[in-house]
Amino acid sequence: MPAWLADLYAILDATLRLSTPLILCAMAGLFSERSGIVDISLEGKMLAGAFAAGSVAALTGSAWLALLAAIAVSMCLALVHGFACITHRGNQVVSGLAINILASGLTVVVGIAMFSRGGQTPSLASEQRFLPVDIPGVDALASVPVFGHFISAVINGHNILVYLALLSVFCTWWLVYRTRFGLRLRAVGENPLAVDTAGLSVSGLRYRALMICGALCGIAGAYLAIAQNASFVREMTAGQGYIALAALIFGKWRPVPALFACLMFGFLDAIAIRLQGVELPGIGEVPVQLIQALPYVLTVVLLAGFIGRAVAPKAIGTPFVKER
Amino acid sequence: MNTSNITLPAWLDIVIIPLLNIALALLCAGFILLLIGVNPVEAVGIMLNGAFGYDEGVGYTLYYTTNFIFTGLAVAVAFHANLFNIGGEGQAYIAGLGAALVFLAFDSSLPALILIPFGILASALFGALWAFIPGFLQAYRGSHVVITTIMFNFIASALMVYLLVNILIKPGQMSPETRYFEVTTWLPKMHEFVALFGYNITKTPLNLSFFLALLCCVLVWIYIWRTRWGYELRTAGFSETAALYAGIQPKRVVVITMCLSGALAGGVAVNEIMGVNHRLIMNFPAGYGFTGIAVSLMGRNHPVGIIMASLLFGVLYQGGAELAFEIPLITRELVVAIQGLIILFCGALALMLRPLVVRAYLVFRPVTGGHA
Repeated sequence: MPAWLADLYAILDATLRLSTPLILCAMAGLFSERSGIVDISLEGKMLAGAFAAGSVAALTGSAWLALLAAIAVSMCLALVHGFACITHRGNQVVSGLAINILASGLTVVVGIAMFSRGGQTPSLASEQRFLPVDIPGVDALASVPVFGHFISAVINGHNILVYLALLSVFCTWWLVYRTRFGLRLRAVGENPLAVDTAGLSVSGLRYRALMICGALCGIAGAYLAIAQNASFVREMTAGQGYIALAALIFGKWRPVPALFACLMFGFLDAIAIRLQGVELPGIGEVPVQLIQALPYVLTVVLLAGFIGRAVAPKAIGTPFVKER
Repeated sequence: MNTSNITLPAWLDIVIIPLLNIALALLCAGFILLLIGVNPVEAVGIMLNGAFGYDEGVGYTLYYTTNFIFTGLAVAVAFHANLFNIGGEGQAYIAGLGAALVFLAFDSSLPALILIPFGILASALFGALWAFIPGFLQAYRGSHVVITTIMFNFIASALMVYLLVNILIKPGQMSPETRYFEVTTWLPKMHEFVALFGYNITKTPLNLSFFLALLCCVLVWIYIWRTRWGYELRTAGFSETAALYAGIQPKRVVVITMCLSGALAGGVAVNEIMGVNHRLIMNFPAGYGFTGIAVSLMGRNHPVGIIMASLLFGVLYQGGAELAFEIPLITRELVVAIQGLIILFCGALALMLRPLVVRAYLVFRPVTGGHA
């Protein structure tokens, strides 16, 4: 294998690893936003999930229990969001922001109270984490010239949550476009009054969407704390929830385009790490900060209508009032 | 029973319900303290003593209050035009860049009397510029200001890291910050200022930008409620179509309001860069921009309410620092958590208690009060 190809495979491998939390969060956001609820609290739910996973894994030693805990905590925050936005018709952006700030503060406060390590959870042994797995049958493919290399170098050898993230894209697509629930979900985000007239509960649908959103954010958090890393570190989400939101908008609130947006942003992140201090021929050194800011810049450019048009679900952000 | 159509007397809506919400938020905070094994009553005692117990504490409290007034006003002005500016953090950061550029260029050649107003103007201008782009994009390109200002916070942060690490850094040092500016750019500290009148108070970071913040409160009040532009701003915020019918250009209002909001957020740079740090440092807005949202929600978007809410947050910050010093289990992040609770209860759940209050009001209202 030539060196440049090995490099490329290494970058693609890293892309997949770095995209995983983005993909999970983008799918989470898709459910919420398609149901008409703005969700800028992906970041906070993911952070709280990461903390729950890190501490439960440290306390019980079970990665699966930790995953469940992350999902549960993140779903609780989603419930708070629903309680404020659906039941009490509060401002959805304000509620999301409150959850982000609350998670950012509480994870450190509780972390210090529980473990006294400055907000970090204890480091996990490898059996307490999700470790890379081999896909059965990959060895048989390894001898196939290009395809086999690609599979074994890029696709194979990730932990189970990476594959779960990819699976979640398919499941999201199927749920949203091929089931009755999905049809109603899309309808409630576009025209809740019509859904209400049809005798369906707008609140019920939105709550269900938010629960799915919470569960997916929890998985993303668990991935950060007990799969990609070996402990929870304060502020470990570092804006990835917002990047996922950007990817969702970039994908125009559709699952597969959002997946590609996540992969693109993950790819940018992967090359940013590799380009640090490297002189490119003809260009010179590319500032890492430029590549890091690129997802945000691209999203602003897209939203400004300079590349295609991103049209949000019609009823997004407006609380539904049944009684007049 | 649908209670949303029943009008309450103003004092219930403006005073009692917000106070109940704050009480709920603080109750939750007390509960968190109990959970981590700290006595809340003792904690409140330490906090109040830290914030008001001695004049150094008071100085610090008011120094924090200054930042919150600026960012609170920034959010409030935008709120009145039905815009949600989450970008105060980035706008304050870029405002610091404005002041720093002016000072790096001119601080050795111009006198203080020119430099200081110039620095304040540059801060306001750069803050306004960073808010202008999202405002313009919302008005003329249809992108939503909430998302773009979030993105602009991150872009500002990346830009500043780049500039501080590669360009503005003082040669020959490791930490990414500029050189110290000349003393002529320093905004006088409060203890220096009152010394002119023969008074003696303890040295604290509190500086004259506190007066600038109070002045901004008055100006914002005049602008929003006593000028034609403020009338246009409120009308456009209330109903875009109605504004259009009245001959107001809502798009222009959006852009102007965002610029004003960004300029107000730039006040943080005046306090932090010109008043305290005297050099441009990494991440000096330290979350003040986000706290501004809590301040504005708590203060019901009114300058008087904002001053009171800022004072409360000043107490929380300074008292919280004292608390972290006294009780090792507690860190500054507790204040962040409380801030989250306040945004939740005073913002997102602002209407939660209203049905209860309405019911109580219907029971206890004066009999001659007419119909409800």
